[in-house]
Amino acid sequence: MLTAILAITGLALLFGLLLGYANVRFHVEGDPITDQIEALLPQTQCGQCGFAGCRPYAEAIAAGEAEINCCPPGGEAGMLALSDLLGRDPVPLDDSHGEEKPKSVAVILEQECIGCTLCLQACPVDAILGAAKQMHVVIGSECTGCELCLPPCPVDCIVMQPIPEDTSNWRWPYPNNSHPEIAASAQVQ
Amino acid sequence: MYVESKKGKTHRLWRFHGGLHLPDNKRQSSQKPLRQAQMPERLILPLQQHIGEPAQPLVKTGDRVLKGQIIADSDAPISAPIHAPTSGKVSEISDQPIPHPSGLSAPCILIEPDGRDEWGELPEPISDYRSVTPEILRTRIREAGIVGMGGATFPSAVKLNPGRPINTLIINGAECEPYITCDDRLMQDFPERILNGARILLHLLGAEACLIGIEDNKPAAISALENRLKDDDPIEVVSIPTRYPSGGEKQLIRILTGREVPSSGFPAQLGMVCHNVATAAAIADTVLEGRPLISRLVTLTGKGIAEPGNMEVPLGIPAADLIRQAGGYTGKASQLIVGGPMMGFDLTTDQAPISKGTNCLLAPSRAESPIPAPARACIRCGRCADVCPVNLLPQQMYWYSRAKDLDKVQDYNLFDCIECGCCSHVCPSQIPLVQYYRYAKTESWTKEQERRDAEHAKQRHEFRIARLARLEAERKARLRKKKEGLKKKTTAGKAGGSDSKKAAIEAAMQRAAAKKAQQQSQPHNTQNLTPAQQAQIDATEKRRAKQVEPTSPTPADQE
Repeated sequence: MLTAILAITGLALLFGLLLGYANVRFHVEGDPITDQIEALLPQTQCGQCGFAGCRPYAEAIAAGEAEINCCPPGGEAGMLALSDLLGRDPVPLDDSHGEEKPKSVAVILEQECIGCTLCLQACPVDAILGAAKQMHVVIGSECTGCELCLPPCPVDCIVMQPIPEDTSNWRWPYPNNSHPEIAASAQVQ
Repeated sequence: MYVESKKGKTHRLWRFHGGLHLPDNKRQSSQKPLRQAQMPERLILPLQQHIGEPAQPLVKTGDRVLKGQIIADSDAPISAPIHAPTSGKVSEISDQPIPHPSGLSAPCILIEPDGRDEWGELPEPISDYRSVTPEILRTRIREAGIVGMGGATFPSAVKLNPGRPINTLIINGAECEPYITCDDRLMQDFPERILNGARILLHLLGAEACLIGIEDNKPAAISALENRLKDDDPIEVVSIPTRYPSGGEKQLIRILTGREVPSSGFPAQLGMVCHNVATAAAIADTVLEGRPLISRLVTLTGKGIAEPGNMEVPLGIPAADLIRQAGGYTGKASQLIVGGPMMGFDLTTDQAPISKGTNCLLAPSRAESPIPAPARACIRCGRCADVCPVNLLPQQMYWYSRAKDLDKVQDYNLFDCIECGCCSHVCPSQIPLVQYYRYAKTESWTKEQERRDAEHAKQRHEFRIARLARLEAERKARLRKKKEGLKKKTTAGKAGGSDSKKAAIEAAMQRAAAKKAQQQSQPHNTQNLTPAQQAQIDATEKRRAKQVEPTSPTPADQE
């Protein structure tokens, strides 16, 4: 009887110590779910969600303070990925934050730029090159298409241009004629 | 199974999983002798005829170019230069339709041939290739713009730099796809070029053995090569059973050596490198003659073409010109396919040119290529899995591709699919399986690219935030420093600077006193007056007093 009690107590102590040690040794700084959420966000840093970038939005989602449907650049696919990750129900995109648009890049109209540097300060990824009273130019490969440079421009010389389809970014279409009878029956319903 | 591969030597063969026996339809084109294509009115040379980075033009509109001159090149590690196929004038550099499944246009250099076919300066032939280093040969092959000519168009020089020891060179002469016979024609007509290419590659790679695999439906090609083999060549010509897709790189390696290239791996991991017969011939041309890749053999076939056969064509010739030279369309042509019926793709316009990877133009009649029946539901018969040469589960991949579940479809090794089309071919429900896989592949690539872009943008954003924070901190530090400096100055002034201040005030006061004294010492204009002047003043004073007296007293006086 006594040995049994001692053994159980000993085991409890041992495992307690082990757990305590593991808690200290493998302690995770920060909230890993925030990183996982952030990895699914498009990182345009556009602020359309109402937060000051993708990281703050991810933190707000992790804290349960924001819905998962506030990110227009991520689109429906992004929302579905978030709902998958978090186990929340998919919800349609919230139109009040803007619409899902085709991917674009900002282009500065060179004749109209006055070199005010306002767009330089607005760009979240430093993709605009220029100096005071010098013409500015967008580095196309770095532009995320966040449109944050549009409002500050005093002469409206920045336009968004959709990225044209070429052989390098072309995608095979989804085979759409595969099940005509199923499609037909769906329509009847 | 064993076959004789060389005089007195047998070679064991293995077999790969699945595959199909297809009606080969090769007789339409294989029975005709090789023809030379006429130079068209203009050549269209796409800047990207290879996998990797597109080349950048080195010529301008209006430039005269000579045959064999490099007209476009790139510094990127995976790319290939492009040469002028004949002498002439660069008439335009613009977007033109290219042979690509998208039907999109891409940048091309247009050359108007001058008809003189004048060669430019070519590099010196390396006739004794055994005396030079592999590096020199690789550079020569790169500069000749040689890419995999079986259709993959991967730059050959990169493939010849595997970075690990190679013991077996495989030369692919299987040509398993129906209708296509250009490799067959090449092997029959130019066996020496292919064997020379194989010998050069053996030296370049330091390989001990070379196996040339040819399907047994090409006996003439097999005997042509065997007849040219020297006794001391470490080369074997192996006749392999006709079974689609034995010409796939991994399938051919399996047949010839019994070894399997690992999933998403390379033959070099097994100590092997595989090249097409046409690539080997092009390598021999450039090493032994200095000739860059400016022409290739193309099969024109199908019931839609009047005189099917094989032609040696300059790169860049529009498909329409080539078909005109082959007697034109018969009126039965229902579509125009680049490549074969299994793996080829439709051309949307016959103005697209022949590029380095175009091995066949197929214009089938409706009877040869019927409109596919509408797909029905999958009945899970499993025939697709039976015929898959890569041992995949096409049915599972189909479900997940259809559901756009890209992660799941990749779990089923989507990227090992060689898109041979066996599964679609046998599907009793006519489901376009390969189209689903192609869709899933390009969609996955796009997603991966987007993920990389997002990661990149995140890094730049974080860097910007860090930069702004640093600038702010620096500004604050500067301000603090300035403030401190000012404080020091004022406290220092209070402590020891009072004497100097007093002295300054005193000096100023002295200066003011001196000035006053000087002013006082100066004579006024009311002094030293003459009696006449005095009398005048007195008179004026009297008049003034008289004028004041009679008036009423002023408010100031009342006070």
